[in-house]
Amino acid sequence: MRATPGGAGPKRFPGPASLRRGSRGQLLDNLGHRLRHGGRVARALLSSQYALMLEYRAETALWALSGILPFIMLGIWDQLAVAPAASGAGGPDAAGIGLDRVQLSRYFLCAFVARQFSVAWVVYAFEEDALQGRLSPYLLQPLQPLWRYVAAHLAEQLTRLPFVVIIAAVFFLLQPQAFWIPTPARFLAGVLAIWLAFTINFLLQSCIAILCFWSERASALERLLFIPYLFLSGLVAPLEVFPPAWRAAAHWTPFPLMVAFPAQLLAGGPVAISASFTAMAGWIALLLPITVLLWRAGVRRYSAMGA
Amino acid sequence: MAGPLRYWRTLKRFWGSALASQMEYQINLLIEVLAMVGNLGGSLLLLWLIYGRGQSLGGWSLEAALVVLGIYTLLDGVSSTLLRPNLGAIVTHVQQGTLDFVLLKPIDSQFWLSSRTISPWGLPEIATGLVLAIGAALHAGARPGVATILGGALMLASSVVILYSLWFVLATTSIWFVKTWNVTEVLRAALSAGRYPISAFPAGLRTLFTVVLPVAFLTTVPAEAILGRSSGSWLLLSLAVATGSLLFSCWFWRLALRDYTSASS
Repeated sequence: MRATPGGAGPKRFPGPASLRRGSRGQLLDNLGHRLRHGGRVARALLSSQYALMLEYRAETALWALSGILPFIMLGIWDQLAVAPAASGAGGPDAAGIGLDRVQLSRYFLCAFVARQFSVAWVVYAFEEDALQGRLSPYLLQPLQPLWRYVAAHLAEQLTRLPFVVIIAAVFFLLQPQAFWIPTPARFLAGVLAIWLAFTINFLLQSCIAILCFWSERASALERLLFIPYLFLSGLVAPLEVFPPAWRAAAHWTPFPLMVAFPAQLLAGGPVAISASFTAMAGWIALLLPITVLLWRAGVRRYSAMGA
Repeated sequence: MAGPLRYWRTLKRFWGSALASQMEYQINLLIEVLAMVGNLGGSLLLLWLIYGRGQSLGGWSLEAALVVLGIYTLLDGVSSTLLRPNLGAIVTHVQQGTLDFVLLKPIDSQFWLSSRTISPWGLPEIATGLVLAIGAALHAGARPGVATILGGALMLASSVVILYSLWFVLATTSIWFVKTWNVTEVLRAALSAGRYPISAFPAGLRTLFTVVLPVAFLTTVPAEAILGRSSGSWLLLSLAVATGSLLFSCWFWRLALRDYTSASS
């Protein structure tokens, strides 16, 4: 019990009072010190979590494989795209669903990739830690415990990378006509979008995870949240095939930003880039304070398991 | 012949105690029902999206496709009532070494592991799936004759047996590879293809879902039977697959136990 909050607190955190007293130089010094310290903590966390995740490579491979839903749905939509028009229904997309097959393949592959690198499981990890009492020591450490989960997720994404590359390679072997290389601009924007999608997903799940402080069944809530995510994010159908009214309704939720937007960016499809990035920033700006406030309220209520 | 009777009495005890403890968590009923309504609603919207454009899934009418969806819902209910609570616990037994106690009991270990507990909250899903499948079949013009009812019931039973065997075999692998406990998640993801008739897929996937992973036998074949349009050869094939996979699961379990060395050894 090295870091009892009362004893070590003032020494460890200089706090606003000392900042006010210090001159400008001291303030910069202080900032530099904090940044260096933060960098060291981040490096230590990431490397230890990566080492831990490497131990669970087989599990990670299976998690990667369990995200095959977009490929199943590609099968369905591909068949619909080649299906002949229904009894001369006419209209602009009488030939099918209005997306060509190559574009469809690329979209679902990118949806798979976007899902792989934006998936969050913090609610399950947090629930287990809370139920097994591991959370209490984490709370005593001078580090917001959620950062630990962020590091775990990032490390897991790194271990996932080779498996995703393998799955994508197999996909291109089976569908060589769908092979393409995104333009560098689209690729960078896509990577950024996937990370922002991960941030939104992580914050959303963290809010639910923090509810563990009040209820032991927070993961059930996550199960319910997954349902609109599944149908509105673009995992089971490209949003382009939705009727306009549905699409408009879906865009009021964060879900299309989490899969469909990064996927279309990477696949080179039509996409409202600046509007979507703005919306993502908006969701993060909304969710971040909620997470922080919920966390503070939750910790105040926390009395360890079994109390 | 006290054997089967003893198993029946044990089963009643198992489920009686499981129900009594599950009644402590009635909020789960609400969660399960909400999840079912959400999933079913999403699937219906997707079907409506496809059929609303005048297209069809592999030549199946909307009503016929709804029979498939109903059977999928029913199987999902069976999973959350029996398969997930029981077979999901196998890896925990392996990890914590409590499998030793199971093996010492004077009863078949596969029976114990597969039926120890029951979660009643999946029952509404089973009922909904059954109602949806039968209602849609009647709408599609199926005539409920003795042969249809018998064939449908038989096909449903064999699809449940196939699903159980698949799940049990995968759960059994945790005896060797504890770390791959989430392999059943891959199965679940792949089985979600069973929401749609098998002919809605391209030829390659169709073969995969019939020969390698018997998704076709889980939902499409029973749906054909309920619609009264399946041929005798498919019925026989499905029965053969069910029997074969059940026997395989028993054999595989024995094989795994031969290599079982208990936890931490």
